[in-house]
Amino acid sequence: MNCTGSILPDVPNSASEQQHADVPPTPETGQPLWLLAELTYRCPLQCPYCSNPLDFEQRKQELTTEQWISVFEQARRLGAAQLGFSGGEPLLRDDLEELIRAARDLGYYTNLITSGMGLTYERMQAFKEAGLDHIQVSFQASNAEMNNYLSGNQRSFDEKLEVARTVKALGYPMVFNCVIHRENIDQIDKIIELSIELESDYVELATSQYYGWALKNRDHLLPSKAQLVAAEATTNRYREQIKDTHRTKLIFVVPDYYEERPKGCMNGWGNLFLTITPDGTALPCHSARELPIEFPNVADTPVEEIWYRSKGFNHYRGYEWMKEPCRSCDEKEQDFGGCRCQAFALTGDADNADPVCSKSPHRHLITDAQANADKAQPASEPLIYRNRKNSAQLISVQQIEEESV
Amino acid sequence: MDSLMQQTPAINRLFRFQWEPASHCHVLLYPEGMVRLNESAGAILTHVDGNRTIAQIIDQLKADFPEAGDDLVQDVIDFFTEAHHELHWIDFA
Ligand code: SF4
Ligand code: SF4
Repeated sequence: MNCTGSILPDVPNSASEQQHADVPPTPETGQPLWLLAELTYRCPLQCPYCSNPLDFEQRKQELTTEQWISVFEQARRLGAAQLGFSGGEPLLRDDLEELIRAARDLGYYTNLITSGMGLTYERMQAFKEAGLDHIQVSFQASNAEMNNYLSGNQRSFDEKLEVARTVKALGYPMVFNCVIHRENIDQIDKIIELSIELESDYVELATSQYYGWALKNRDHLLPSKAQLVAAEATTNRYREQIKDTHRTKLIFVVPDYYEERPKGCMNGWGNLFLTITPDGTALPCHSARELPIEFPNVADTPVEEIWYRSKGFNHYRGYEWMKEPCRSCDEKEQDFGGCRCQAFALTGDADNADPVCSKSPHRHLITDAQANADKAQPASEPLIYRNRKNSAQLISVQQIEEESV
Repeated sequence: MDSLMQQTPAINRLFRFQWEPASHCHVLLYPEGMVRLNESAGAILTHVDGNRTIAQIIDQLKADFPEAGDDLVQDVIDFFTEAHHELHWIDFA
């Protein structure tokens, strides 16, 4: 599931002991306020920008109901308040009602992040009774043809419309999420109109971030600068147009590829977000699995230990790990050197500055992609859908490449 | 201002107000987000139940905090004005 960050406020940090003179001390670790439970990697759709790992087909193990509930209890004691049920498609877990009820009883604000596929009225009502607070429905485009092409599923659009209407009819707050990219960005006016017609409370128009599947498909997905400028102008025009009549909030997330500085990724490594993958691996963000770092598993390690003391979660806390240009840069406390996953995926070394930064010696990797996006036909390879066949294939190709190195 | 005093505030259905034991503060939770409230905002919102008017809430707060000075009335009014018009935390019934 493509989960864009949240709007949580900064967590105040109090400084701990001074370690080295040349970098600031490691700030005190924040609470894991946001818990993302990726319940399963199973999914009926095949979005080419999916944030699940490329090798999801090899990771079929899933935590049991009791294990999940234990994770919820432990994280709640550490301060977690937001709980996202995500995946894959979380609806494919038959125990979802039970998990929602347990989470709600613990005091979580419960978010269901779904493609809406297979979601019936009866089930939505059962979720409501279990205490579900909010449903986010993801769309791929504003019309059936494009939506179905992008999701690799023929019926998906009609089902989604029906689900979105029911979400509202049952009185849930609704977040309308649409991942924006080269192939649908020129229809952003239609996408916004659809979201308003569906009376969405929040509309997330998030350009895809290029990890995993999206990186493989980047040439198909990265919009050109001109497309982006036009889409932002359109969004602003709608904001102005609806400001007195609707409370719908339009949130447009620009791709960091067109920024000069990286985003302050996840509000700092291991500082706010805790992701648990289907098999119980704990990650500081949902794409961190791609990093060559060992991450602990909730099946054999208490969450408190994972969050505060595991090697994986301490790896990029603070500033000690930084290389130049980040190490001596006076902006490192704002952006933490950017995204570790992006640094790793593009430069091969997760300790490097995020190449989005104009101070990065690898910045050309970004500007080359920008230049490529200006071409009429940037992609030379076909779009790769996120499905089991492609997962198995990509992984065997990767293994061959590794063996031949 | 008198008309504001007679309004009955309720928490916008997009938000949930609660006490967070691990953080020792009141918060407003909403889809994928959270606002941590300071003590006075928490104390005011505790009395927002969709039944009491702002005037009644002020009376209650005066009783709860007898040591609070004359600023209390203005503070509460400022809070509701901002919470309703700008932040949309509050609906008026
Ligand atoms: S394929 Fe699409 S709907 Fe399924 S998990 Fe990935 S992004 Fe979400
Ligand atoms: S050099 Fe590093 S710390 Fe400085 S702005 Fe760039 S990414 Fe951030």
